[in-house]
Amino acid sequence: MKVTVDEEKCCGAGTCVLLAPAVFDQRDEDGIVILLDERPGEDLHAIVREAASVCPGAAISVGEDV
Amino acid sequence: MSAPADVLVVGASAAGLATVEALRRKGYTGRVTVLGAETHLPYDRPPLSKQVLAGDWEPERAQLRQPAALSSLDAEFLLGDPAVGLDATGRSVRTAAGRVLTAEAVVIATGLRPRTLPGQENLAGVHVLRTLDDAVALRADVRSGSRVVVVGDGVLGSEIAATLSAMGARVTLAGPQPAPMAMQFGPLAAGLLARLHTERGVDLRLGTAASGLVGENGRIAGVQLADGDVLPADVVVVAFGAAPVTEWLSGSGLRCDNGVVCDSGCRAADGIYAAGDVARWHHETFDSLLRLENRTNATEQAVAVAGNILGENQPYTPVPYFWTNQFDARIHVHGLLSADAEVSIVDGSPDDRRFVADYRVDGELVGVLGWNMPKQARQRRADIAATPVLVGGKS
Repeated sequence: MKVTVDEEKCCGAGTCVLLAPAVFDQRDEDGIVILLDERPGEDLHAIVREAASVCPGAAISVGEDV
Repeated sequence: MSAPADVLVVGASAAGLATVEALRRKGYTGRVTVLGAETHLPYDRPPLSKQVLAGDWEPERAQLRQPAALSSLDAEFLLGDPAVGLDATGRSVRTAAGRVLTAEAVVIATGLRPRTLPGQENLAGVHVLRTLDDAVALRADVRSGSRVVVVGDGVLGSEIAATLSAMGARVTLAGPQPAPMAMQFGPLAAGLLARLHTERGVDLRLGTAASGLVGENGRIAGVQLADGDVLPADVVVVAFGAAPVTEWLSGSGLRCDNGVVCDSGCRAADGIYAAGDVARWHHETFDSLLRLENRTNATEQAVAVAGNILGENQPYTPVPYFWTNQFDARIHVHGLLSADAEVSIVDGSPDDRRFVADYRVDGELVGVLGWNMPKQARQRRADIAATPVLVGGKS
């Protein structure tokens, strides 16, 4: 799994951090997403897919690792 | 309970798409059909009053998913064909084009339709903002220096006023509240929002409701206020609320009362569910029927609905959340604010336009507002979750 984030689409909700704090964080100054782990382990795939799906800014994409 | 053989999702926006994604993520392999009233592939609405209206984004950038991600869902999208009727017992939906679609589970995610002023459909230059086409049409109608009146001092009207003002239009914001969003934010934050709009050149004409439109040769000329004044306008945006799209359910046997009324699992009837702006469900923590018009609810409720379609049988009890961007203010709200709550600043300072405020009723934390401090506001969210006090909101 390869995770990408679009900082310009990020609205700073922090939904991803609530779901997968090992993969996502927010900048202190403006709340924009920080991707901590762009290739999370398999045990995190389901929750990362959920984070991508429910992100209110549609800022997270999940692709296959190539 | 075994999974249904097929699922029909009525509505192809955020809630409809999230329902399909959650079904597949949870391993559902049955047939999925998505019926959409608009011709567009699923797109996002929050950017319509911000980046799309401002012209910072091409309309395509508001699409929720790339084509590859959509096709990987293995769902059939039937677009440009609104639902016109439901047989709740047979779980069959009739469409404007004459289709009859039947499934073992039906999800109602038909969203909202903006309220309008009498006669506005016959006047050029009067807009609403709900769809991508609305945003493109409004943008095309506004020039630098255009006199724009935005009717509606809630979140959408305030946001549109900010965006159009930043584009160089001469904007007047009209509405009945003492300050923009005052009923939600209370005097401190709404007062600050009023100051921000005024500093940036928006003319606030608040405290009086708009009562009608004044036309001239088929084009808008002004907005009539209840106190008798007329605000001259080249363009008017009507943004004073929206109603759930439920007309098509009349005669279906479903209870529709300010939305599709559902149980705590978002179930309207056997095999029929509702998600997003259109759903009014029993929130067990608040012990009240609640309908939320915000972007996060659309997706989170969709996840709950997908789970319950698959037999999870879980109540949906979210902490509400929305955000708004107006000029340089990024405002994030968790929980349900109340205008008469006791407000205390717990981080930052309003003078710096960067703060977090707690909203308390009877000592209980009911909501948190962050002003340019999204992370710090979100970190207080967990303290709201256990609070069974219902205030304000859109019940």
